[in-house]
Amino acid sequence: MSYLTSTIGKKLLIGLAGLGLSLFVLVHMAGNLFLFVGQEAFNRYAHALTSNPLIYVAEVGLGSIFLVHVVLALLLTLYNRASKGSRYARSAKRTSASFSSKTLHYQGIVIFAFLCFHLRTLKFGPEYEITHNGILMRDIFQVVVDSFQNPLIVGAYVITVLMLCLHLSHGLASSLQTLGLNGEKYDGKVKLIGHAYAFLVTLGFISQPIFVYFYY
Amino acid sequence: MKLNLNIWRQKSSKDKGHFEKYTANDVTEEMSFLEMLDVVNEDLILSGKEPVAFDHDCREGICGSCSMVINGDPHGPEKSTTCQLHMRSFKDGETLYIEPWRAKAFPVVRDLIVDRSAFDRIITAGGYISVSTGNAQDANATPIPKMDADEAFMSAACIGCGACVASCKNASASLFVAAKTSHLGILPQGSVEQKGRVKKMVAQMDAEGFGACTNTGSCSAACPKGISLDNIARLNRDLLKSNF
Repeated sequence: MSYLTSTIGKKLLIGLAGLGLSLFVLVHMAGNLFLFVGQEAFNRYAHALTSNPLIYVAEVGLGSIFLVHVVLALLLTLYNRASKGSRYARSAKRTSASFSSKTLHYQGIVIFAFLCFHLRTLKFGPEYEITHNGILMRDIFQVVVDSFQNPLIVGAYVITVLMLCLHLSHGLASSLQTLGLNGEKYDGKVKLIGHAYAFLVTLGFISQPIFVYFYY
Repeated sequence: MKLNLNIWRQKSSKDKGHFEKYTANDVTEEMSFLEMLDVVNEDLILSGKEPVAFDHDCREGICGSCSMVINGDPHGPEKSTTCQLHMRSFKDGETLYIEPWRAKAFPVVRDLIVDRSAFDRIITAGGYISVSTGNAQDANATPIPKMDADEAFMSAACIGCGACVASCKNASASLFVAAKTSHLGILPQGSVEQKGRVKKMVAQMDAEGFGACTNTGSCSAACPKGISLDNIARLNRDLLKSNF
């Protein structure tokens, strides 16, 4: 128990939750690629997900992981700020700290705000209905198309996904380091994994609103 | 050369502290940074003012006493201790901000001097081997792979100056603690007590109020001895393992 209340233990919890969320965004991005196939494929994929009773278990699980990640990160950030106290008159030149590592909490705030908007416009958005193959289902495809007609919304999505890219590129490598998975054996691979994963997720997520905006 | 200095002056830990402007005249590029401060202090004493208090001891880069942040960089712009920093690293007419290490766990004692006894208490908590290992043995009496010996030696290079804490935006002492647990834990003599050691030293690190590591890597970049971030991964690993 003393382990989980130590600064390193708390970071491990944040990191593990972050790894879970990283996996979620990858799966979410991959599933959304049905947008490129067409209206029926996308709607049937979404229907298969939401009509499965296990979705509630998954949603509660995901929500809990998200809460652990956000609440602990917030508490630890406040603790870290108090530990530092005051700042220097000039900023350091001799440092390797990346922009993404120094602004992780700000990225988190933007992603959180986006998430509220995202859930409001899509998950709890308009309930259009459509019948595919004799089954009545929600026409979520139309909701997506409607949203992405607005260039401001497309812009907001692209910016937030870039923020997520920064968050993942440092966060993933950082989580692996907190798990102790770094050292001479891994020699820079951990950072590379973080960057590659972030790039993949970003590419997939950015292509979707841009495709819908220009194609439909 | 001439330098415009803004030096942090603080009478005691209770005082709020502020920057004061000084001009350093007749600075030669062969001077070490501390020698430059010595000259500034001589002028201050001659004019009846209080000299700037700063920590220093060996002045050969091995004791880790000389702690000051120069223009945001602990120990200044070069990868060295402040005593091994020479004025050739600066330009004539340059403006410098010189201030103490900033961390709640390192309270300012006076001017540029901070109290680093939190580090001593972390070492007291477990940074040792509790049995006598006797005199130095013959080489290879205890077989240790060369790679391990080198790695332990690299970690043991930590001089405990606190630049890692000073550079960290969270004032985390992870690199210091990780270097100390690594140099003992990698070797057979120290590995026996490693589980208890990491638990006790991390608990003390937290009790002192150092922040958590967010893996920005600024500590390793600021470290005059180039202690690597791999040590922190090892500490995280060792602490995780200590539960099983």
